[in-house]
Amino acid sequence: MRYAMAIDTKKCVGCSDCVVACQTENNVPHGYCRDWIVENVSGAYPIVEIELRSERCNHCENAPCVRCCPTGASHTVEGGIVMVTHDECIGCGACIQSCPYDARYSHPDGYVDKCTFCQHRLEKGQNTACVDVCPTKCLHFGDIEDPYSDVSLALKNRSWKVLAPEAGTKPQLYFLT
Amino acid sequence: MKTRREFIKISAVGAGAAAIGLSTINIAGLKLANAAIDQTAVSDEEMTSFPTYCEVCFWKCAGWTYVDKHKNIRKIIGNKEDPHCNGRLCPRGTGGVGMYTDEDRLKTPLIRETVNGEQVFRKASWKEALDLVASKMKDVADKYGPESFALFNHGAPGEHFKHLLHAYGSENEGEPAWAQCRGPREVGFSATFGSWIGSPEPTDIRDTNCLVLIGSHIGENMHNGQVQEVADIIGRNATIITVDPRLSTVASKSKYWLPIKPATDLALLLSWIHVLIYEGLFNKDYVEQYTMGFEQLKEHVKDMTPEWAYGITTIEPSIIRKTAREMANAAPAVIVHPGRHVVWYGDDSQRERAIAILNALLGSWGKRGGFYFKEAISVPKYPHPQYPHTEWSWKDNLDGKYPLSSMAITTELLAASIPEFGYKHQIKAWMVAGTNLPLTIPNKELFKTAAEAVEFIVVVDTMPMDITGYADVVLPECTYLERYDTLRAAPHREPNIAIRMPAVEPKYETKPSWWIAKQLGERLGLGDFFDYDDFSEVLDWQLKKMGTSLDEMKKIGIKMFNRKSGPLYLADGEEYHFNTNSGKIELYSTEFAELGFDPMPKFTKHPEPEDGFYRLIYGRAPMHTFSRTSNNHNLFDLMNENSVWINPKVAELWDLKTGQKIWLQNQDGIVSTFPIKVRVTERIRWDSVYMVHGFGHDNKKLTRTFGRGASDTQLITNVMVDPMMGGTGMRGNFVTFITEKPGKEAEA
Repeated sequence: MRYAMAIDTKKCVGCSDCVVACQTENNVPHGYCRDWIVENVSGAYPIVEIELRSERCNHCENAPCVRCCPTGASHTVEGGIVMVTHDECIGCGACIQSCPYDARYSHPDGYVDKCTFCQHRLEKGQNTACVDVCPTKCLHFGDIEDPYSDVSLALKNRSWKVLAPEAGTKPQLYFLT
Repeated sequence: MKTRREFIKISAVGAGAAAIGLSTINIAGLKLANAAIDQTAVSDEEMTSFPTYCEVCFWKCAGWTYVDKHKNIRKIIGNKEDPHCNGRLCPRGTGGVGMYTDEDRLKTPLIRETVNGEQVFRKASWKEALDLVASKMKDVADKYGPESFALFNHGAPGEHFKHLLHAYGSENEGEPAWAQCRGPREVGFSATFGSWIGSPEPTDIRDTNCLVLIGSHIGENMHNGQVQEVADIIGRNATIITVDPRLSTVASKSKYWLPIKPATDLALLLSWIHVLIYEGLFNKDYVEQYTMGFEQLKEHVKDMTPEWAYGITTIEPSIIRKTAREMANAAPAVIVHPGRHVVWYGDDSQRERAIAILNALLGSWGKRGGFYFKEAISVPKYPHPQYPHTEWSWKDNLDGKYPLSSMAITTELLAASIPEFGYKHQIKAWMVAGTNLPLTIPNKELFKTAAEAVEFIVVVDTMPMDITGYADVVLPECTYLERYDTLRAAPHREPNIAIRMPAVEPKYETKPSWWIAKQLGERLGLGDFFDYDDFSEVLDWQLKKMGTSLDEMKKIGIKMFNRKSGPLYLADGEEYHFNTNSGKIELYSTEFAELGFDPMPKFTKHPEPEDGFYRLIYGRAPMHTFSRTSNNHNLFDLMNENSVWINPKVAELWDLKTGQKIWLQNQDGIVSTFPIKVRVTERIRWDSVYMVHGFGHDNKKLTRTFGRGASDTQLITNVMVDPMMGGTGMRGNFVTFITEKPGKEAEA
């Protein structure tokens, strides 16, 4: 089993609902966030394109943050979710430096925090909070090894890309283009 | 080399998940203080949920407020049964928690008093504040008659105070929803189809094959169910045609973006009508059976060719024809959307008429994928004595002006508050509930002069909005998460009701509006109008009459009912009587003709900016509602100021860079109080600039948002009034750029 997320950039309107739903679900302190929106404008008036991406931790298969963590606080659990054990984290920030996606932040309580794919919800058979709230249904989540999971079906017959493939991290966020 | 690529993270978090410059030092004391709050996620089963419907905007999505065992509100989640949101709240609904937790909230009643020559607010008890408001209301009634007391309101609190005002003897209640927002479309569609659009709009987007948006930026206006349906049709590649001088988010997802020259939309609409008629693309059976005035319309638009429109709109004739054919191909599953905030140029009712006529020619009204026949359930009226007779109302003050205004015109109520204007009937005192007039009403001078002139102002709000600075008494309302309110019974595909109940006790010394209205009523000797101890009794009485109960609604939050008015759509050839003078869809409006207005819309040329000035266009951001959410911490985190969008060619001319702070000055010499950051972007024409509405607050008590960004409303001093319904057209203002901090003389 490997959890992954597909983000449909054609549907996303950049409303940031995923950001605030994550904040309230995971009690992320004000001023911080585990997911965010990127708006990318290209072209020249009047031929202009916009790409909107809801981004978060890529839960990489080859995660530099896990490899560089001196205490083992950053680790991978079932389904490929990259987690941080708060009690074991010394807040050194090596993982923040190593992440090509800028997905981690220092929590004011002294540890490093990031997206968990809402593991506490997955355990209960629920989706991640961002997937469940998205008004445009542009987020698709599930086991990418199951051909009939939401994420696999969303990727079927669509072109997609991953971010910073050159980093060799094997990221698990797929952006439908 | 010049870059053609922008990279902006609009969730305003700087870089990725990194913080917005907050300290990362662990403060032990802070940790201790928060010990009672679980720092990590809490599972849904460990919480209790209470039904509500959202008050962050007028869409009023139903949801569940989740409260943990420490009585902390943790989150709000959409109600899956609710057609307004289908279980998915928008960012504002999700962030509604921030309204409850905002430490800047109004906490106690406040009374204005003068200390050492300086006016200040002092804290007061509810008893003192309510006694004072009631005595002022009595004074006003004795001296001038109760009619001279006006109410400005928005949203749920308004329902309780309207009842109070009517019981007291005044019908002078107005909301910006009419003259500052959607009035013109109701006039235009009513004249054509005999029916208002209303809210939510009965646009059958989910089944449409072609959606045409005239300046409507769905997705940036986060009208939830509507955005969801638009996302659905994007998913199945339906045609979207967006007319907008700015590449809005939805324009970027459209098959056609028509970057029209601002203020010329009516010419484009008329040329589309021309193409549909003269290319024989209109729905002949539908037009034959249901409409009147076709021949007059045909003659009227004879010369309004795409070539004629090209010179006005800058949209190429081939594109005008192509898009008209797209609409016809999709008909009747096509929607030329009426929009919502449509007070632009003062001829707005006529522009809306043109939109309505287009829909009629395409045969989309009453058809799947066009407009469905909405239905609402009527909520039984809780018994109360008859409202007293009133000597006059706002309508009597108009002297025949704005004959199609069916709701009070806020700006007229303000004008009637200024004795020098010589209105027949004067307004002498105000109650303002849930609307922030200084950042809502154009022409701030009018507002300020009126506020200066009236004898008494009481403001009811949850936050120290800019309006509270003008109040004599401020009454702190609790948020929607802490109170009962009237039932939501808005029209939809299926009639339904939603309930709002408190999830927690009101914080601080705040009170629900129903309680405030009742307390004032009792002090005014109107106790019979408030014959209950708790508003839940009213709800239970109403719900039982509707075949349910408060207990049941607490468990389900929303209840659907069967339609009684017939099917959602017209069957082919079905007989149908429209609620117009002729009983037909009126392509030629007999109503307008009788009142001396153009029975068919005509294009009028509007003023253009002088050299060095740019048309000011404003709009919405998906994470904010008007000016009411900018201090909400959750939503502030998503967007904490607005910026002014400037085309790169213009920016080069002025040597402006993204992120640079500038001041805007309008054609009347008004300079924005606060600076605004430049956003250089290819997403806008060179003759216009754009900014998101609702920023530039000047009340320091809004500690987060004070002074952040600029207020578009402040720069809107040229108001083009719609002679039909009093709408305040706000798109006729032009701004130029000031790069150095302006001196005092410039501000004056």
